[in-house]
Amino acid sequence: MINSSLMVLVLSQAVTYGTPILFAALGELLAERSGVLNLGVEGMMLVGAVMGFWAVQRAPGPGSLVLVLAVLTAAFAGALMGLIHAFLVVTLRASQIVSGLALTIFAGGLGLSSYLGNDLGLADVPPKYQLGQINVFGLKNVSVVGPILFNQSALVYASWALTIAVALYLSRTRFGLNVRAVGESPGAADAMGINIAVYRYAHVLGGGALAGVGGACFSLSITPGWTAGDSLVGGAGWIAIALVIFSFWRAELCLVGAYLFGALSGGLPAAIQAHNYKAIPTFFKTPEFLNALPYLTTVIVLVIIASGWAKRRLGAPAALGIPYVREER
Amino acid sequence: MRAITKRFPGVLANDSVDFEAAVGEVHALLGENGAGKSTLSNILTGLYRPDEGEIWLYGEQARFHSPSDAIDAGIGMVHQHFRLVPPFTVAENVLLGEHRPEARRFMVRPRQIERHVAELGERYGIAVEPRARIWQLSVGEQQRVEILKALYREARILILDEPTAVLTPQESEALFVTLRAMAAEGRTVIFISHKLNEVKAVADRVTVLRGGRSIATVDANATSRELAGLMVGREVELAIRKQRAVPHRPDVALEVQGLSVRGDRGGDAVKDVSLGVRNGEIVGVAGVAGNGQRELAEAITGMRPPVGGTILVGGHRLRTGDPRAAIAAGVAHVPEDRLGTGVAPTRSIAENTVLKSYRGSGVSSGPLLRWRAIREQAVELVRRYAVSTPGTHLRARDLSGGNLQKLVLGREFSGKPKVLIAASPTRGLDVGAIETVHGYLRQAASEGVAVLLLSEDLDEILALADRIVVIYEGRLTGDFDPGTATVEEIGLAMAGGER
Repeated sequence: MINSSLMVLVLSQAVTYGTPILFAALGELLAERSGVLNLGVEGMMLVGAVMGFWAVQRAPGPGSLVLVLAVLTAAFAGALMGLIHAFLVVTLRASQIVSGLALTIFAGGLGLSSYLGNDLGLADVPPKYQLGQINVFGLKNVSVVGPILFNQSALVYASWALTIAVALYLSRTRFGLNVRAVGESPGAADAMGINIAVYRYAHVLGGGALAGVGGACFSLSITPGWTAGDSLVGGAGWIAIALVIFSFWRAELCLVGAYLFGALSGGLPAAIQAHNYKAIPTFFKTPEFLNALPYLTTVIVLVIIASGWAKRRLGAPAALGIPYVREER
Repeated sequence: MRAITKRFPGVLANDSVDFEAAVGEVHALLGENGAGKSTLSNILTGLYRPDEGEIWLYGEQARFHSPSDAIDAGIGMVHQHFRLVPPFTVAENVLLGEHRPEARRFMVRPRQIERHVAELGERYGIAVEPRARIWQLSVGEQQRVEILKALYREARILILDEPTAVLTPQESEALFVTLRAMAAEGRTVIFISHKLNEVKAVADRVTVLRGGRSIATVDANATSRELAGLMVGREVELAIRKQRAVPHRPDVALEVQGLSVRGDRGGDAVKDVSLGVRNGEIVGVAGVAGNGQRELAEAITGMRPPVGGTILVGGHRLRTGDPRAAIAAGVAHVPEDRLGTGVAPTRSIAENTVLKSYRGSGVSSGPLLRWRAIREQAVELVRRYAVSTPGTHLRARDLSGGNLQKLVLGREFSGKPKVLIAASPTRGLDVGAIETVHGYLRQAASEGVAVLLLSEDLDEILALADRIVVIYEGRLTGDFDPGTATVEEIGLAMAGGER
């Protein structure tokens, strides 16, 4: 039966583990297209994860409603974190790099998210509800693609719709056009009566919300529950930031890249270990190496992209990372 | 506009300015750099808010809280530095920020806008391919896009800030025709400039600004002498071309052979350029901005390694891509960006005077700097080049443009150069400072320095150069004797036409 073969398992894990990265990357994409670099994604995901799980444990009502509420709570928590970032970098024009890093440290495993989780008594509590696999469209048993694509949680299906929505938003709508202008030449956008601050706030908040949902993917679906520290999200936020660059600031390529990284952080290492392929040298089969794979790939991708030609041709928003000051003299 | 006042920290940019333009006229706003023209127009377009004063449009008082209010009131602006999004198409730029109800659609319909833009372009003789991307367009075409943006929004008042600075004489003529046509339709055109001849050529009336105040509004038939007097506040000598005895030493000090230089965008910004400058000669490189002037200057001064060709200084081959080698060979550089490249803006004037000579025995001994000597030298330089400053401990960025340029020139001359590369040395300076800078350049040449003057201001080149070459898209497209060449000929070469 091909559907239980190892390859199919690896690929279905790639989709599962790629989904939180995809959410976070789409959020980062929105923020960056408006010209704001957000290095706080990892922290936003951690906060989203803990708050999402909190809502699952405490919200009243039927299971499906609770889960919807939980995702919304995670999004709201991420957006609140985004608000801090937006206030610092748009209103106060602080360094975007410093603000983002500070947010991640502040919210990270030793900070806010752990405090919230412990304070709310969420550590290692069995989940009341979780987002399980849904056999959507009844395609689960189709060979190969069934288990890979159609036996996933609702968040996975939502992420597809979101990818299409973001891609269309940026390329086809009036607002998308304005956002891109704000990220490329805020001076030009300003002169045409576009409110730079409003656009940047909106997209940093929206980006934060999506990062929050990305975090909730872990605590509600992939590894339901919450544990202290930052192992729950485990660097997915950093991967998402690299992924935005890797995908040339395009939503549809984020999807592909997210699944690539999903494979590296999900099923592939397990598969390599389980099979113990003779052809692979021992070093490459050590759990340490396999666990480092997605990060290693991130570093390599960033190095390639930072070098020469790529920088010019990739289509990074020209005003990325630069605060906008109108009355500059 | 009545009694407009705008203050910036430490500067009174507009001091109770009154300004009035009628329907259907081209009204020029004339003044030197720093007279407050751009500030006034930025207030009229809602980009700045005035500290005091009122704006009245068609008999009603208007209050602009943001640029979109001004756009809604029918005011369009063509900024000196274009406000365009380079990776976007022409049509996308036109659509940007559009929020009138009839165009308020969620999804963008590119076809419709492209057609509309094409029609407008036809009608006003400023056609641009609507699907082209901005970075693919020439500067003149980009300016057309700016005008189209205003027309698309049905602007009744169009403001143009120094629109001819980036145009060839022929393109300027064409622009004037367009502006006249728009005025004839009942629109109001406000034309900001510091060039007298242009103002006289296109405007009906002229309002002169000086030092942030409105001095007078006069008919454009007033003589150039009158206008210049109002603009500067004293009698000025026009037609400043002065004869200068070229020292009769025919040896070539700077020789460039087959030089090609890569630009920032990739592709060659300078293509196979060969030219020579003799001792005591000023060679002017004329051209519209962005045709390779900066790359050429940077290659000769070692700041940008060329991809091909050789540079000879005094007959010796210069090690390229090495600023220190260029300095050692006697190449002085007055860079285009005097604040960013010319000096270290946050360091003191004294430190800036030794940026190139700090290794010399006069100001250092071993690894240590001799601060007393540096300060004395700086004081001397400031005095000799008449840099107006309270002291040499001030940061270089606190100097005005003119004084900063005097400082840079002083530093460069004190290195006893053989060759001087001056890139747009008077850009943004007031008339007084321009005269001074021109004086220094002439003096340098008469002392035997070979001067290569790169400038977008054709009048400046005509006034100073002993020989004029024209650069267009990185190639030299003309070689003229300023005594016999006409502006039309040179302009044609600047546009890439055959001689």
